[in-house]
Amino acid sequence: MIPAMPTTAATGTVRAPRPLVALDGIRVRFPAGRRTLTAVENVSLHVDPGETLALVGESGSGKSTLGNVVAGLQQPTAGTMRFRGQLLDKATTRAAQRAIQIIFQDPFGALDPRMPVSAIIAEPLLIQRIGTAAERASRTADLIERVGLPRDALNRYPHEFSGGQRQRIAIARALAPDPALIVADEPLSALDVSIQSQILNLLGELQRAHGLAYLFISHDLAVVYHLADPVAVLYLGRLMEVAPREGLFATPSHPYTTALLEAMPRIGRRHRRAVAIHGEMPSPLDPPSGCVFHTRCPKAQPLCSVEPPRLEPAPGRPTQLAACHFKA
Amino acid sequence: MCRFILARCGQAAIVLLVMSFVIYSLIGLMPGDPIDLMIASNPGATPEVVAHLRAIYGLDQPILLRYLHWLAAALQGDFGFSRTHAQPVMVVLLPALLQTCKLMLSSFIVSIVLAFTLGVYASLRPGGVADSIISLFAFAGISVPVFWLALVMILLFAVNWHVLPASGISTVGDGGFGDQIRHLILPVTTLALASTGQFTRFVRAAMIETLRMDHVRTARAKGAGEGRVVLIHALRNAMIPVVTVMALSFGSLFSGALITETMFAQPGMGKMIFDAIQGNDFNLALTGLLFATLVTLLSNLLADLAYGWLDPRIAL
Repeated sequence: MIPAMPTTAATGTVRAPRPLVALDGIRVRFPAGRRTLTAVENVSLHVDPGETLALVGESGSGKSTLGNVVAGLQQPTAGTMRFRGQLLDKATTRAAQRAIQIIFQDPFGALDPRMPVSAIIAEPLLIQRIGTAAERASRTADLIERVGLPRDALNRYPHEFSGGQRQRIAIARALAPDPALIVADEPLSALDVSIQSQILNLLGELQRAHGLAYLFISHDLAVVYHLADPVAVLYLGRLMEVAPREGLFATPSHPYTTALLEAMPRIGRRHRRAVAIHGEMPSPLDPPSGCVFHTRCPKAQPLCSVEPPRLEPAPGRPTQLAACHFKA
Repeated sequence: MCRFILARCGQAAIVLLVMSFVIYSLIGLMPGDPIDLMIASNPGATPEVVAHLRAIYGLDQPILLRYLHWLAAALQGDFGFSRTHAQPVMVVLLPALLQTCKLMLSSFIVSIVLAFTLGVYASLRPGGVADSIISLFAFAGISVPVFWLALVMILLFAVNWHVLPASGISTVGDGGFGDQIRHLILPVTTLALASTGQFTRFVRAAMIETLRMDHVRTARAKGAGEGRVVLIHALRNAMIPVVTVMALSFGSLFSGALITETMFAQPGMGKMIFDAIQGNDFNLALTGLLFATLVTLLSNLLADLAYGWLDPRIAL
């Protein structure tokens, strides 16, 4: 996993299989009264077939906005998205919409309360005009069993299910059009811990069975370590670090990643906060100059408030990229 | 479901019974009775004649007894005689009811169609130009007094432009279907504008709330087109508060739009009940008011049934 940078191709590096989704210079801005809120700024990333890319960051870091861009729910203000190498236009958007599905955080709100489960799961097929009514019905029955719910669940309504069961329905719904990528927008954070592991295992099984790729949005680093590789760290809508899981967790390059890992609770570890992050995240309405992290960074130097750092490989680690003037 | 309907019909019957007693007592306790009016028009009546008349009408008996007599007759379908019209109550009431149905149903349908179109359209871009214009229109509809609107309509369409008749239900000597429709246009528009404003506000508010819900976002993620998202996923979920308001106002429509009916000389329920109370026409007023109660109860029952259809979480 390397961010899509033109230099890579120019230098002739042999690339892994063509990326499923490639984002290039994505920017998302929202009007907020007279000012503009920059939710995502200049993000270039790609997801390869069958891999799980984790997006981590604090709340308000632009994770979900970026996920919505990938799922086609949010138009980027600038930048391009390619799906299987093709820029999205009228014709390819439909195919991309079918191949990229999304699961949301809140399984209680995400299902239409007026629809029986069978209609919820079959609707993507209906919209995309896939199969006959009978084929759709048998596929729906197949899907509900694949996510571990009994067939008679199909005739019931969302309010009759628990949070974990609803998330399973949401997953079955996402699987219906046979997608290549599922954007999972904090799919576990609304669930009980015991249910979280079940859903996590289900996501893993489905990935192995279908060769699915995930864009896994989370703030739970333990879950990310369990499931994802590689990992991208967002702060104020900008990429701080993108690296393979082992490298990122063992030798974080960006001071923000280091701080996040320090803040991660671990059993058996003494309470120590070597590099605790101070203060709160600045407002995305008024981001700091230079490196956006410099206001809270323990390593900040005068240069940091002037010059925004570029996302470049850490010294001696070509696959680990960090946007820091003083990367480790 | 069947049990629910039966139970609600039972409740409705009890409410009607209680209402009939309350209305009967209220009318009976009003100062003055039909005999007083007869005396006023015939000052020569002797006290003996008056007492005789009271006995004939049964007005010398205690009110509870009178009520029971009335109830026994009403349950057999006999609602008595209208004093002012000198005809059985039903003969007077049915044409008025028919006229009210025409007027109210058409204005109700017009306002529902307008309210859904405008409300849904306004909710798509809250704060946008269309929303501002529609909201202005809705507030105007809510705040403009009906009598003023009726006068302006008559002045413009009947007096100045001579395009529509000012009042009545048909032209003497014509009375065809088209002619009746032409007579309905002004009163229907007047009535519809007022309720359209109110309904539009409700549809808009409910839609804005629903369009923000997560499952609407899910529908977009499924690749549903904007039409499907708005009409199937949002509108159907936004219907519950809207149906409540509409059902309640439907009931009240039937107790009559006195002002509109008076302004446009439409012989409907509102005018009939008002005149009956004015003229001490006990039987007619009582039956008219009970009909209005019945329609209110029925429309609420329909609203409850609609909830069950609209929201599977409400089990009947």
